[in-house]
Amino acid sequence: MPMDLSKATFWGYRRDNGRVGVRNHVIVLPVDDISNAAAEGVARNVMGTMALPHPYGRLQFGADLELHFRTLIGTGSNPNVAAAVVIGIEPAWTQRIVDGIAKTGKPVAGFSIEHNGDTATVMAASRKAKEFVHCATALQRVEAPLKDLWVSTKCGESDTTSGIGANPAVGNAFDKLHPHGVTLCFGETTELTGGEHLVAERCKTPAIRERFMFMFNRYQDIINRHKTSDLSDSQPTKGNIAGGLTTIEEKALGNIQKIGRKCTVDGVIDKAEMPTHPGLWFMDSSSAAAEMVTLCAASGFVVHFFPTGQGNVIGNPILPVIKLGANPKTVRTMAEHIDVDVSGITRRELNMDQAGDKLLECMFATANGRWTAAEVLGHREFVLTRLYESA
Amino acid sequence: MTIHFVVHEDGDAVGTVVVENVKAGDTLTGWVMEQDKTVTLKVLNEIPIGHKVALKPLDSGATVIKYGVDIGRTIAPIKAGEYLHVHNVKTKRW
Repeated sequence: MPMDLSKATFWGYRRDNGRVGVRNHVIVLPVDDISNAAAEGVARNVMGTMALPHPYGRLQFGADLELHFRTLIGTGSNPNVAAAVVIGIEPAWTQRIVDGIAKTGKPVAGFSIEHNGDTATVMAASRKAKEFVHCATALQRVEAPLKDLWVSTKCGESDTTSGIGANPAVGNAFDKLHPHGVTLCFGETTELTGGEHLVAERCKTPAIRERFMFMFNRYQDIINRHKTSDLSDSQPTKGNIAGGLTTIEEKALGNIQKIGRKCTVDGVIDKAEMPTHPGLWFMDSSSAAAEMVTLCAASGFVVHFFPTGQGNVIGNPILPVIKLGANPKTVRTMAEHIDVDVSGITRRELNMDQAGDKLLECMFATANGRWTAAEVLGHREFVLTRLYESA
Repeated sequence: MTIHFVVHEDGDAVGTVVVENVKAGDTLTGWVMEQDKTVTLKVLNEIPIGHKVALKPLDSGATVIKYGVDIGRTIAPIKAGEYLHVHNVKTKRW
């Protein structure tokens, strides 16, 4: 009997804007690279806070800067974040991020370093961060309907077993979640190459199909402009090839298994944009794992399915990353990284319905508070997508 | 019955080895997932886990089908049972 999800609930933190988180982080978010030290200083002072250092935020402009703001504001706005302290070198861009996060109604405060110095900034921000930790830790989990869970997916270090087992297991779970009004997301634009027609066929309306193909072709143009022979062994990656994947088309067809067999593609978003209704969304995004998962977190997703073949070890600071694998060698040699072992599919011992249910069981356990392998192992990859050079 | 390789669907030109230590000359059992049936095949080369074996002979320049879809073209003739990877198959894109 497949899992009955019609009355399914999970226990999470309901935020003022109605969204429900499954983690309760107090983050210290640098606006720019040179504010990392102060942010990390606050995180060292105040237990229960987490700094999110990153290398960007200076002299970006145009669409690239907009994406920077959207990603940082989205990260702070994610329902897995209870409160945010924002630190930037100067007050204007800092305030812009504070104002963006404040729209969710959660506690947020900004601090800037110029004419204060790191020491005074860290002191003031630490006082505020301590208050925020008290606020966050006073919150209780409440029961929420399944539709309040937003689930994203992206695969990594794929091999041929990804297409046989791990990715279709995600697809099976997505097919089961989709009818219950869950908000779902996939992306990895370049890794649809060779199977883009299959995604296009799944788009719910001609307008969505047109938007999808626009995003797909836009990314192909970037590849064609910069490519070297065989894409410098980046697509497929050396790891993919070592795992038996031969061409980008083969990789893409395995990748697409993640959207199941029944789900329609109900919307298209640009990087770090927020979905506006339930259903399956395509997000135009990099196929690099940490970039894509960071974008999913910024778009508001609270649980992530990450199928792997050869064994990608990625995590994210605020978005729990559930890893599943179907490669018998990987689940043996990298067992500590795998949350859900679906290698039984390759032995014909586990059918896809059972594999999908196994993943959903882990999803509920994770949503209710159980840490994923990546969380326990301290994987907090926070990687911002850049569109082009700084000014 | 031990499954040594997996085929996504009938008509695919390739199977994927899903066990370790496959040697040249081994006779393997394959599972065709979509039709849920088994097939057997003698392999001509050592094939690592996760890597592909040709299920039928392919001419040079032929389209390789997996998942019922085009995954690239051969750049050398390939025999049934032969190891198929980047040395004899290339993308049609990029």
